[in-house]
Amino acid sequence: MNEILFYSLAALTLGCGLLVVANPFSRNPVTSAMFLVMTILSLAGLFVLLGAFFLAAVQVIVYAGAVIVLFLFVIMLMGSHELPRRAFHWLLAAAACLVTGALAALLLRLLSALKTQPPAVGAPVEGGTALLGRLLFTDYLLPFEVVSVVLLVAMVGVIVLSRKEAA
Amino acid sequence: MGLLGVLMRRSVLLIYMSLELMLNAANLAWVAFSHFNRNLDGQVMVFFIVTVAAAEVAVGLALMVALFRQRQSTQAEDFATMKL
Repeated sequence: MNEILFYSLAALTLGCGLLVVANPFSRNPVTSAMFLVMTILSLAGLFVLLGAFFLAAVQVIVYAGAVIVLFLFVIMLMGSHELPRRAFHWLLAAAACLVTGALAALLLRLLSALKTQPPAVGAPVEGGTALLGRLLFTDYLLPFEVVSVVLLVAMVGVIVLSRKEAA
Repeated sequence: MGLLGVLMRRSVLLIYMSLELMLNAANLAWVAFSHFNRNLDGQVMVFFIVTVAAAEVAVGLALMVALFRQRQSTQAEDFATMKL
């Protein structure tokens, strides 16, 4: 059961991810954003399979809820017309495929060179809210506070950036 | 796949979505490592990555809106000069 779920979710993630980047049917950015939502939701499913329940919820709330809505706002703001179909740069595409292929080959080589160890013994950990929260407020207290400052800085920066000129 | 998107697409919005894909791939790797090492530290790291990614998306999209006001375009080639 778990394996069927894993493989179908992984296939869904990869397929939707591909459709975000290169959709042969539509050049509308809204379509890409919707497929990004699908990718994120299936990733949340994978997180659940790996026992990261809190992160799955965060993934749905923060990414599917906030980030995608932000994307859609900006797309609507700029007008959601179809992107112009410009001349396809074969050189650019070839170079991009070359670099990506090289990186993928490197990663695969690294993966096969790794000594595969059996997973650590013990019951699988489950990232519930309570456990993660305890960890956040004990071992990771300083990074947690720094992240909150980063969010504050981002908020102020966004307000400054998106203010109309000569206001 | 995200890297391919960053390199090939020429709309700034789509480049940004591809960046999100890459961040999500990294998150998945962290969670998987955390699961197989029986250790919660990886999941805490993913929490931080998600937070910083949200902040980064907000700033990036604000920059994009500011650029769009200047240039009336979302294509990366139209932003090739530094002068506004």
